[in-house]
Parts: sequence; structure tokens; C-alpha cells
Amino acid sequence: MVPVYYYIGLSAVLFIIGAMGVLMRRNAIIVFMSVELMLNASNLAFVAFARVHEALSGQIFVFFVITVAAAEVAVGLALIVAIFHQKHTINVDEIRALKG
Amino acid sequence: MQAEMILFLILAVVAVASAVAMLLARNPVYSAVFLILNFSTIALFYLMLNAPFIAMAQITVYAGAIMVLFLFVIMLLGGEQVHQKEDLPWQRILAVTLGLILLGEFVYTLTVGQAGLPGLLVSSDAPAPVDGMAFGSPIAIGDSLFKQYVLPFEVTAVLLLVAMIGAIVITQKKKS
Repeated sequence: MVPVYYYIGLSAVLFIIGAMGVLMRRNAIIVFMSVELMLNASNLAFVAFARVHEALSGQIFVFFVITVAAAEVAVGLALIVAIFHQKHTINVDEIRALKG
Repeated sequence: MQAEMILFLILAVVAVASAVAMLLARNPVYSAVFLILNFSTIALFYLMLNAPFIAMAQITVYAGAIMVLFLFVIMLLGGEQVHQKEDLPWQRILAVTLGLILLGEFVYTLTVGQAGLPGLLVSSDAPAPVDGMAFGSPIAIGDSLFKQYVLPFEVTAVLLLVAMIGAIVITQKKKS
């Protein structure tokens, strides 16, 4: 038997690693991957709580989160490609102007 | 220690190590591969938590489709050759400090505080089946998805269509 707070603790650690990735890295693609890691950490907490409370809606919610993440990745990567074509860099420090 | 606990600890070490390796890798391709490893271990956690459908969705959608898209864009942009210079050292120190503070808060909440978190155990034996369907089985998920949550399900279809159109419109070359 694994106590649920082990899962919640693991999810918290993964979330913090993702947040530190967003804060520390300058490469837009790595920042984006860190955001995905944070989404996964929250999904893990969702599934752990769904298991403890035996509520299926937690798993349904994770399914919707995965779907929205897929849509977000498609649009986000398209934006990164468009910015790279315009400015020839994906360093988030060098992308300052809103106007292309 | 029971077998499930040992399995959990090994997988937790793999998950945290691959996440840290993703964070520290210089080459974005290595980062993406470490993230695939991380997503796979999380899928195994889902299996341990009686969520086989979510585990399979995690493998196919996350570790499969999304990460292939990431790798494709990294190679399209030649991102593996981008060497960025880190010209803000204080920002890195600040990020580590803030992350450690947040970790401390989590540890406090989960051990001392226990606010809204009774020390519930995830029992290793499967929960009692509801209406003749095992908890978290694909049948139960589908039943709930197409009865109780059919409207959000249809809305996600529209969302995916809009995302697809948006990606095409954003990346197409302007006629000038």
C-alpha cells in the first residue's frame, strides 16, 4: 500500500522541477517542455485523488487536460516556428517586441 | 517493504532524475528524450493507480504524438545547434531559491499541516466494481464520457479543429 501523499509529494517535486525549468532556461522549446512537465505533475495528482476517493470524474478530467495540452502544443509550436522564421532566434530573452 | 512500495520508489527516482536531466541537458534533443522517459514513468504510475485508459492515452498522446511534434520542431529549427548564453546568473540562483521555498511549503503541508489531506492509503487491492464495471476500466471511462460528459467531449473536438486551423494559419508564409 502506497500512501496517497507519496504520489502528491512526487507530483509536487515534478511540478517544481517544471517551474524551475520555466524560470531558468532561455530556450523557448525547453520552456515549453517544462510547461508540459508541470501539466503532467498536476495530472498525476488528479489521478491519485481520483483513486483515493474512487471518483471517476478525476480520470475524465485528466483525459480533457491531455486533449487541451495536445491543442496547446500544436498552436504553441506553430508560434515558435513563426517567431523563428521572423527573428531567427528562439531565445526568450531576445524576443522582446510584440510587433513582428 | 512491500513490492508495490519498492516499485513506487524506483519509479519515483527515475521520474525525478529524468525531469532533472531534462532541465539540465544542453541539447534540446536530449531534453525531449528525457521527457519521453519521464512521461513513460508517469504512465506506469497511472497503471498503479487503476487508470489503464489514462495510462494508454498518456503513452500515445504525450510520449507519442506530442513529443514527436517537439522533436520535429527541434530538428526543423536546427535547435540542437542553438547554444544560448546564460547572461543572467542571478536569475538562476533566484529560481533555485524560490523552487526550494515552494518545496518546503509542500513538505510542510504534506507532513505537519495535513490540511485537507487525511493520510489516506491507496490500497493495493482493486476497489469494488461499480455497476459490474471495474474502477477506471476503459468501459467505465467510456460510459461516463459518453453519458455524463458528452458535451465537454464534443467541445474538445471543436477545440482540436480550431487548434489545427490556428497552427496552419500561423505557420503559413505571408504573400508579400
